[in-house]
Amino acid sequence: MLYLRNYTKIICQSMMTLWESLQLTWQHLLTRSQRHPAVAIMQEDYFSQQQGGVTLQYPHQQLPVPERGRYKLHNEIDNCIVCDKCVQACPVDCITIAPIRSPTPIGTTSNGMTKRIYAAQFDIDMAKCCFCGLCTTVCPTGCLTMTSEYDFSVFDFLEHKISFAKMTPQEIAEKKQTWARYIAPK
Amino acid sequence: MTLAVPTICFYLPCLLIFTLFAVYAERKMAAFIQNRLGPMEVGYQGLLQTMADVLKLLQKESIIPTAADKRLFVIAPAWIFTTVIAAFAVLPVTDSWSGAPTTTGVLYSLALVSFKGLGMLVAGWASNNKYARLGALRTIAQFISYEVPLGLSILGVILVSQTLDLQIISSQQGIWGPNIQPTHFLGIRQIDVSQWGGVFAWNIFRMPCLVLGYMIFFIASLAACHRAPFDLPEAESELIGGFHTEYTGLWWAWIMLAEYSLMLLMSLLGTVLFLGSWNTPFPNVGFLKLALWTSGQPGTWAGSLWAIFWLFTKAMLIILVKMWIRWTFPRLRFDQLMHLCWFYLNPAALLILLMTVWFQLLIL
Repeated sequence: MLYLRNYTKIICQSMMTLWESLQLTWQHLLTRSQRHPAVAIMQEDYFSQQQGGVTLQYPHQQLPVPERGRYKLHNEIDNCIVCDKCVQACPVDCITIAPIRSPTPIGTTSNGMTKRIYAAQFDIDMAKCCFCGLCTTVCPTGCLTMTSEYDFSVFDFLEHKISFAKMTPQEIAEKKQTWARYIAPK
Repeated sequence: MTLAVPTICFYLPCLLIFTLFAVYAERKMAAFIQNRLGPMEVGYQGLLQTMADVLKLLQKESIIPTAADKRLFVIAPAWIFTTVIAAFAVLPVTDSWSGAPTTTGVLYSLALVSFKGLGMLVAGWASNNKYARLGALRTIAQFISYEVPLGLSILGVILVSQTLDLQIISSQQGIWGPNIQPTHFLGIRQIDVSQWGGVFAWNIFRMPCLVLGYMIFFIASLAACHRAPFDLPEAESELIGGFHTEYTGLWWAWIMLAEYSLMLLMSLLGTVLFLGSWNTPFPNVGFLKLALWTSGQPGTWAGSLWAIFWLFTKAMLIILVKMWIRWTFPRLRFDQLMHLCWFYLNPAALLILLMTVWFQLLIL
């Protein structure tokens, strides 16, 4: 008798729990259609999205990132005094600079500093970069910044080496000659 | 509109289209239950994803493992596929388009379903791979166990309808039947529902406990199709792919097609045997001739289209439930599977059979 009672109890219990779990999945099936737009964490309703689909269709949809993101580096070369501080600060040596000195001041930066050096080469290898941001803190003119662009994957990793210098080979040769002529008498 | 064309000419293309969309539906449903999106990239909302998968499978190399029994390895997918297709031959499509004219349709389709299990054993054995062999052994153990409640639950229906011909079983459950005998509701002699039609004339309501009989049939058919939670033969998390581990490309596609075909076959068989086959679910109540309005005269185009509509609507709803179950319940352990069959399903099926016999005697 006890066995029979146990037996029916097991059947009833499993029926009930199975039905409960079916209801649970059906609820998910119905509420999935409440798709979330790409809501970023700085938006207010970020934590109120308890139900519905959560998949972000990445290349088609992107989560907004803060405007001052710390992703890809950018150098505003017109503002750069080629002081070489960023190169020294970089722990992974991803910045390469080739300076050419000029006998005369060649302009002023936005914060009033005098530019005396041409940048023949200003390369940042983003493949090596560890995104520590040390180069931006030491930059005296604030021309080297980190941008909010994070989607810059490429097919060849050599393409990650970004050149910021704008000088042509002809200009470089010319400026080198000028400097050589300037220091020659001394 | 009596057609001389065998119904297999309808079911074969129907199967291919069904499989394409069932795989898509299954993936979408799984995704929705898990708060995902499912296939989205190929076609509108990923509708052509299965087509892309089929094209990929067609281009794949068919590899025969060195240690495999080559002849059996090649035969097995064809064996599995053809037995399932052959089982469709006896299924009726409409009231005037019946399957192969055998008087033993139920027996025939059940026999072929078991024969498919043998094909799976051959596939697993010929692969000469430990996972495939374990899967094959599990298949056979599961088949032998679950054929019993499957057969017992069907026997209840056979008792009520007193025939093994699927078309006669179908026509008994509606208003268009030959009405050799009056249809009784819940086994009560005073209530004759042969003019009401609708759900009242369905086999599940012709005897008091055939609803439970259908539940047992449904659970056993899940195990026979090895769908989750009874998917032990192919348990991908422990046996990789079970009996079809070693199959690639088109051969694998045949096996997969057979799996989905078997699911459709079992759903159609359940519909024909228990859920009124191609008859409408709406009864004639008083002046509301709902059964007449939702089904055409037999032999006319309207009648045939209504019949196909109702048969497939019911089958698709059952398949929907099967998919819902698949993405809800975890897989059973093997001893739990056997325990469920021999300690719960078999006694219950026997009890239901005995009750049906008792009520049938009361009616007579």
